[in-house]
Amino acid sequence: MYLYQILAIVGAVVLFIFVVDFVRRGLLKEKYSVLWLASALAILVLALKKRLLDTIAGYLGVSYAPSLLFLVAFLFIMLIILHFSVVISIFHDKNKVLIQEIALLKNALKEAGLLPPVSGKDKGDKST
Amino acid sequence: MGSGPWGFESPLRHHLQRQGSLPAHLALAGHALKKRPDMSESKPKILIIIPAFNEEANITGVIRAVKTHQPNAHIAVVNDGSWDRTGELAELHDVTVLSHLLNMGIGATMQTGFKYAAACGFDIAVQVDGDGQHPASQIQDLIDVLQKTDADMVVGSRFVSKSGYRPSMARGAGMAVFSHLVSIIIGEKVTDTTSGFRASGRRCIEFFSSHYPDDYPEVEALVLLHKKGYSIKEAPVQMSPRTGGRSSITPLRSIYYMVKVLLAIFIDLMKKLD
Repeated sequence: MYLYQILAIVGAVVLFIFVVDFVRRGLLKEKYSVLWLASALAILVLALKKRLLDTIAGYLGVSYAPSLLFLVAFLFIMLIILHFSVVISIFHDKNKVLIQEIALLKNALKEAGLLPPVSGKDKGDKST
Repeated sequence: MGSGPWGFESPLRHHLQRQGSLPAHLALAGHALKKRPDMSESKPKILIIIPAFNEEANITGVIRAVKTHQPNAHIAVVNDGSWDRTGELAELHDVTVLSHLLNMGIGATMQTGFKYAAACGFDIAVQVDGDGQHPASQIQDLIDVLQKTDADMVVGSRFVSKSGYRPSMARGAGMAVFSHLVSIIIGEKVTDTTSGFRASGRRCIEFFSSHYPDDYPEVEALVLLHKKGYSIKEAPVQMSPRTGGRSSITPLRSIYYMVKVLLAIFIDLMKKLD
């Protein structure tokens, strides 16, 4: 077993443990952990089974097999980032709807006499 | 992700409507009770939407001008999370002030106005920017064209005729690209696609309250309307230069503007609207 295999195995296992621990402690939602766990497992399998790595590298015409590990990791990272971009866009839309509804609701409450007029303290927060 | 990653529909709105539509009812009740009790039924209900972000230098003047020229219209200032005194100054007048908690951009700001217009049953919504560049004296021109031609939207154009507006070289080139592109897509000549001075009819208000582009929405909104099969007309207007405050458009942003809007137009053409 080469040193790079050991490094990759340790890295993948540490990543796996970290992600599972984050989920267990409620820092990471299960649905956002799936891609991380999948990438850790893929790296782990390819690092353990050197013959599998070499075979795939042969198929793809990658002359230096260990660099395939980088490729796999890179593709997973791209996938994870794309996933996050989609999630952020969805949050953006949900955020927008919430802020719009709050504005309309506040106005409705004010018109119903249930809310005093804006006092000046109740302004936008530029810290965000 | 609830409603699926691509086709997003306001879940909160639907939830509230199922729960008995609190915002719409309260807003309607407020209007029916105290605003414009002497309006006859036949006249269209007109809402002037004034989007404003940090416009404390201009907002008072804009509200006064709109009140002078459109005494029968209702005014809704949509304060997009300003951190200056825009909101407080607007509150001093007898107008509806819808305040975003945080800055959300012009698209979301206008959409809040359209949501309000839709909930309160307004027939016409006119956008008049809070920076004072849209002449209140010409609001009536837009409304007249909207009613005469039965169009769904009327855009106040700086280029139809006799207007003295001369944009800078770069800006003019960008505007020309957009107007040619949109004219080709729509199949009708549109000279000023970036003008925010526009009047929307009832169908437009309903549509925009559920679909409105986020940032730099003017050009994209026209393409969406066309896809929806709604008609767009232009009316000549003259705009004044800014009297105070500063524009949100910088050179770097205008490049982003071009790229983003062009991309958005092509994606809109591929989008499926319900």
